[in-house]
Amino acid sequence: MALSAEESGRLAALLGGHAEQVTQRWTEIVAGSLRGRLSQAELRRQVQDLHSAIVTTSKQGVIDLSAENAAELRAALSELSRGRARQGFSATETAISIFALKEVLAGLAEEAGGATALRDYVAFSNLVDELGLFTFESFVRTRESLIADQAEQLLELSTPVVKLWEGVVAVPLVGTLDSARAQVVMERLLQTLVDTGSPYAIIDITGVPAVDTQVAQHILKTVVAARLMGADCIISGIRPQIAQTIVALGIEFGDIATKATLADALRHVLRLNGVETARRQPRRDV
Amino acid sequence: MTAGIDLGHPQAQAIRSDEDVVRVRQLVRAVAVAVKLSLVDQTKVVTAASELARNTLVYGGGGTVEVTTVDNGRRRGVQIVFVDSGPGIADLDLAFTDGYTTGGGLGLGLSGARRLVDEFQIETSAETGTRITVTKWSR
Repeated sequence: MALSAEESGRLAALLGGHAEQVTQRWTEIVAGSLRGRLSQAELRRQVQDLHSAIVTTSKQGVIDLSAENAAELRAALSELSRGRARQGFSATETAISIFALKEVLAGLAEEAGGATALRDYVAFSNLVDELGLFTFESFVRTRESLIADQAEQLLELSTPVVKLWEGVVAVPLVGTLDSARAQVVMERLLQTLVDTGSPYAIIDITGVPAVDTQVAQHILKTVVAARLMGADCIISGIRPQIAQTIVALGIEFGDIATKATLADALRHVLRLNGVETARRQPRRDV
Repeated sequence: MTAGIDLGHPQAQAIRSDEDVVRVRQLVRAVAVAVKLSLVDQTKVVTAASELARNTLVYGGGGTVEVTTVDNGRRRGVQIVFVDSGPGIADLDLAFTDGYTTGGGLGLGLSGARRLVDEFQIETSAETGTRITVTKWSR
């Protein structure tokens, strides 16, 4: 969809010759679609950058977005979409910033008239489409990297190891336990066991919506690893529906202690340690 | 997710990665809630779907899943169809043996999934891959 050398020359003349008019009109159209969420000055600067990138490239002859000499143009487009994606604009709002150029070109072509006006406009319009698609792709790439970053942050966030009592640490698991998270959980737990010298660890699965064989296997491996280091593990937070599912699946937790709630697990550990947890009787007035 | 479920049509989902297995679970849970399965049955069908989706991914090399609501006049239920074009299962009896695995798992996924649902059908061949249909009815 590259522009021929002559067409590029005419595009350069058209855009370069009416620079002020083009950027003015372009900024107006884009500003209208963004409804004041970007300052006029910044928008104007972006449009001017794009405008100069297109003019510079088209002066060099054939415009081909994938060619070497279009590097500056590609950079300007990527810059624009990265900014828009990070500021939370939609893909449409980003693409409109490019497609607005069509309307500007239509106006210019009409004024200029001449025999080649229509054919030129179609060619320019194709180029703008290509630029728009490129913006779209950069936009999606930026969004994807944002999502990947967030997933990584989530991985960090969601696996705290907390100290419940002297010698007792707990891992409250929340959400889906995939292989990556299971690995993080195991590493954190084992490190905390070493750091605190705790002989007991409680793995609480209240926040895990479904315990399938993979989740069970991850938990079992963590327990075995903790045992190798001399720590005892208790699994807590097994709700009735999870218990029934585990039975139907045929998963066996062997001699690993399991409890319905975190409180039960803590009480179990304290009792093993010889700490008595007496329930205080309400005082009665005689 | 739950809000946008259109129960009239089957919901399809591709299984290409671990994230897709999570999506399958969420989709099945949403449909199971919509046909008013009990909490225990929801958990069972979601877990079965999770096992079979992972099998589709790991052993079938990826595939698709289709979740539909079914109605036999008296009860409503969830039907899930897993399709892959993988190598198929050579020995079904062996595959359904508790503890048998060719991967590194517990060897309970396939047999466990069969125990978690009400109806379980499997068609498998080396040429066409594997197709598993499971149904869970409300009580």
